[in-house]
Amino acid sequence: MSIILIDYGMGNHLSVQNALQRLGHDVSISRDPEVIAEADSLILPGVGSFNRAMQNLNDYGLTQTIRDTVLEQGVPILGICLGMQLLGTGSDEGGESQGLGLIQNRVSRLHSKASLRIPHVGFNEVFCEDSHPLMQGIRPHSDFYFTHSYAMQNQDPDADYLYCDYGQTFVCGFSKDNIHGVQFHPEKSQRTGLQLIQNFLEVTYA
Amino acid sequence: MLKKRLIFTLLYKNGHFMLSRNFRLQKVGDMNWLMKNYQFSAISDVIDELILINTDPEADKHEDFCAALESLVSHCMIPVAAGGQIRSTDTAARLLSSGADKLVMNTPCFDQPAFIEELIARYGSQCLVAAVDWKNTGQQEVFSHNATTSQGDLSTHLSRLQALNVGEVYLNAVHRDGTGQGYDFDALSALPTDWNTPLIYAGGAGQNSHLQAALEHPHIDAAATANLFNFVAGGLGLARQQLLQAQVPLARFDTQIEKLADIA
Repeated sequence: MSIILIDYGMGNHLSVQNALQRLGHDVSISRDPEVIAEADSLILPGVGSFNRAMQNLNDYGLTQTIRDTVLEQGVPILGICLGMQLLGTGSDEGGESQGLGLIQNRVSRLHSKASLRIPHVGFNEVFCEDSHPLMQGIRPHSDFYFTHSYAMQNQDPDADYLYCDYGQTFVCGFSKDNIHGVQFHPEKSQRTGLQLIQNFLEVTYA
Repeated sequence: MLKKRLIFTLLYKNGHFMLSRNFRLQKVGDMNWLMKNYQFSAISDVIDELILINTDPEADKHEDFCAALESLVSHCMIPVAAGGQIRSTDTAARLLSSGADKLVMNTPCFDQPAFIEELIARYGSQCLVAAVDWKNTGQQEVFSHNATTSQGDLSTHLSRLQALNVGEVYLNAVHRDGTGQGYDFDALSALPTDWNTPLIYAGGAGQNSHLQAALEHPHIDAAATANLFNFVAGGLGLARQQLLQAQVPLARFDTQIEKLADIA
């Protein structure tokens, strides 16, 4: 199985790579469109601003490659943190810009309340309405590590969502067919996070 | 709800991990010792965050520190903050590319505020942890340069840090450091009235009740210990369990996830 971690110059990939290796998977890091098009499974990590990230994906010629690989070939993708946001339609972080459009949800800033600090940083509980493919074998309300100021909305009615509370309830993950995203960092969330990554890979090859 | 945190701090110098008592360092063991003899995984599996501090002022030791950081990051699945001796954006970038999620800065917060601002502009506030060494001298006094140089009033410095928009403050009591006598909560009286920055409390934790006292305090977001021997083997795991039983709002980790039981 060929797992490709997409490297587009936004943050380091060491922790995600370590997590996959701990799970016993080989992983390659690439920004080569030809390599990405041949993947069995894609992971899109990312830390930084949305606008800059899309600019990098466009500069490396990856936007269309990712869309084709995921939408036409049906290759599974997991977006992590900013990587999840990029799967949506667009965001106004750093100036309005379009996303990859793999799911029809916009990204917006978390509402700031006087008593709450933005960015939302730390471990917080993740929950879903019924069951969720990424949460198999994980106790409901398990804690995952977050660090972000923006979050995805849930306009798309056909996705299964994960939620988190921080002053408000916000979307912190979704699965729709072969497309998955998590706002938190499973690679920094102890064994609970490893289980979630394993779930993504198993849903993929079920 | 957002959870409170239990943090372990490792002090590093020239290939070795160090034990500190009132800022006097004593060599304990190397990476191999930490992983094999000390069984660091028993610690890293039950903490919320790891902090790694380079205590070696020699610039040419920096690559060695980055290698240690990279090795530690590969052994734990939690956020890692690293710092000590960061004097340039290149050094900061090197730490981040070695796997650090946050940078820990102390002395530059006094004498290079523009450098702190530059790092925050580049990486965001959440990436910057300001470490503050203070002593209780009847009043709360703050020190720089490895706790050797008085910089006056703690309260003034905390206001300065908040104005710089640092992401977190790591408040370490020099007079309690490594003693195991418990935290000194007097520093909390120095918090500015408009204080709204996450606070990590360090210096003096020797037993569970010390951690609990800190974590139950409304102004404290995280309790840290740097003492390699106060919570050995399963000690810190037991502490975490007891804190959770006492309703301290810490994250609950599934340490017993069956499918993954055979993972290193």
